[in-house]
Amino acid sequence: MNEIFSKHKEEVEQILAKYPGDFKRSAVMPLLYIAQREQGYVTREAMAEIAELLDISTTDVASIVGFYSLYYEEPQGKYHIQVCNDLPCAMRGADEYLKQVCDYLGVKVGETTADGLFTVEAVKCLAACHHAPMFQEMHGDRLVYHEDQTLEKTIAWIEEVRRQAAEQGSLSAGSQADSLGHERGEQS
Amino acid sequence: MSQQKHILLRHRDIPDIDRLDVYRQNGGFQAFQKALTSMTPADVSAEVKNSGLRGRGGAGFPTGLKWSFLPNNIWPHYVVCNADESEPGTFKDREIMERNPFQFLEGVMLCAYGVQANVAYIYLRGEFYQVAKELDRRIRQLEDAGLLGDNLFGTDYSLRLYTHLGAGAYICGEETALLESLEGKLGQPRLRPPFPAVYGLYGKPTVINNVETLTNLPPIIQNGADWYKSYGTEKSPGVKIFSLSGRVKRPGNYELPLGTTFRELIYTYGGGIIDDRPVKAILPAGASSAIIRVEEGADGGSGSVLDTPMDYESVAQIGSQLGSASVIVADDTINMAWLVEKTVNFFKHESCGKCTPCREGTYWMNHLARRINAGQADLEDIDLLQTVASQITGKCLCALGEFSTMAVSTGIRQFRADFEASVQKPAEEPEPQPVDHPAASADRAEVGR
Repeated sequence: MNEIFSKHKEEVEQILAKYPGDFKRSAVMPLLYIAQREQGYVTREAMAEIAELLDISTTDVASIVGFYSLYYEEPQGKYHIQVCNDLPCAMRGADEYLKQVCDYLGVKVGETTADGLFTVEAVKCLAACHHAPMFQEMHGDRLVYHEDQTLEKTIAWIEEVRRQAAEQGSLSAGSQADSLGHERGEQS
Repeated sequence: MSQQKHILLRHRDIPDIDRLDVYRQNGGFQAFQKALTSMTPADVSAEVKNSGLRGRGGAGFPTGLKWSFLPNNIWPHYVVCNADESEPGTFKDREIMERNPFQFLEGVMLCAYGVQANVAYIYLRGEFYQVAKELDRRIRQLEDAGLLGDNLFGTDYSLRLYTHLGAGAYICGEETALLESLEGKLGQPRLRPPFPAVYGLYGKPTVINNVETLTNLPPIIQNGADWYKSYGTEKSPGVKIFSLSGRVKRPGNYELPLGTTFRELIYTYGGGIIDDRPVKAILPAGASSAIIRVEEGADGGSGSVLDTPMDYESVAQIGSQLGSASVIVADDTINMAWLVEKTVNFFKHESCGKCTPCREGTYWMNHLARRINAGQADLEDIDLLQTVASQITGKCLCALGEFSTMAVSTGIRQFRADFEASVQKPAEEPEPQPVDHPAASADRAEVGR
């Protein structure tokens, strides 16, 4: 009945073992990461299941999701492109870079591409100020830093992601990504 | 450029030191073994106290003294490592944990032994997911090697280390907010007293130390306090990692003795300013800094501010603070009103919302700074911005509120002409106002400005 627990029993037990038995609420953040990994965002059902596992209310869990910026309550693009445009990065061209990436993908900051593949976000300092401009790729439970970026490097990565998505093709989004990819390819 | 031997960034001298066997071949875990087999916890604490080591997370509080506040009649004790590195301009802890991870972990272990804790948590910012995964793998290696677990080195001492990931909240670098977060609650600061040393994690005595602070411990225990004090200045002993960023040719981490001057850092190590322009301002402690104004020629010529030694006392003397030594350098191409807007925008985004002056004040400062830079303000708005900042000062539970005003008040005071120029420039096209008032939206994710 508790899907998170039954599907990830070992991992959940490992997480719970980190904290004293009287304080298992501490496990709420790691468990939310498991839930988010499944669907790319945290569903209401997952919040209820986590609440049940930790003997807290669903509202308590929802408040955590709302407070912390790495949890999402709505479906997102499969790949988050999170560009840091905080002060040190902006001093090295991050604002212009962010705009170029948005223009290339045809979205505004915070939006998702029509094929559902990319969401572009402006985020706060990622501790990579000496490698600006940079972005963090968030994809499932992968968090990867892409540092010392130029628009060309980022386009190459975007097109590679699109190519792979098209190859997998199982999703309906796949074919759209393919055609979009060709379109962009001709332009550049 | 020839590099001196590093004490903290040892991976720059020793390849593959991120491998356990290589770390051990280079003296790794000898300090931990020495502590457990020939020193009492009190000896370890005393050595750290004598070394004069001060907290590297920003406050510069003497580490040994912090440990000594833990009462010996309340148990268990906990150690929590603050690896939430989020101050704009700071990127030192990440390099330590990625490249020299075992020295860091040994430091956590020495701290735990020193305060007689059997469990230590490493709280990492959520973006350090990959770092945490690697640390988990290395913690398992240490368990397999008998360096973590029960009856270590044949003693009755047991120790376990756990990582814990945050999820994108600068405020969790504030130690009581970090504890709340680790307990599974909103990352909002606690009212103090009681201090974490008495009432910390799960209501138990807790030491919270920064990654870099802890990474200093193995060499201190191995070589002794006197050796450590041979580096740095009398009141700020030891070495420090300076994260250099902004308009310099070679941004990066530089491990240097405390007391090294700004000029050496920027010109000798950082290669000077892009296009050899003059330095206009320095933010020595990231976005939280009181801005230091620099006036000098493009050749880096005479300018006494640049010759200030970077130690806790000297930087305080020129009206700023060393903090975590995240030195952001602005040259004369930077409009300081723009820079100030960047810092307030950060703090507006990161205010946890608990204290009204900070929650509302950062919102209004952001609004005013935006208007000034868009050429949509009047000259009076500069004073209004200054007034809002002064209304926040001294009225918040934690330092974030205070930090949010530093660049604003020191920026307007020293660079008023930049603000006036912004006000008087032609207005940008009005943008649709984002609905991002903290009270109107529970979701704190940055989606548009």
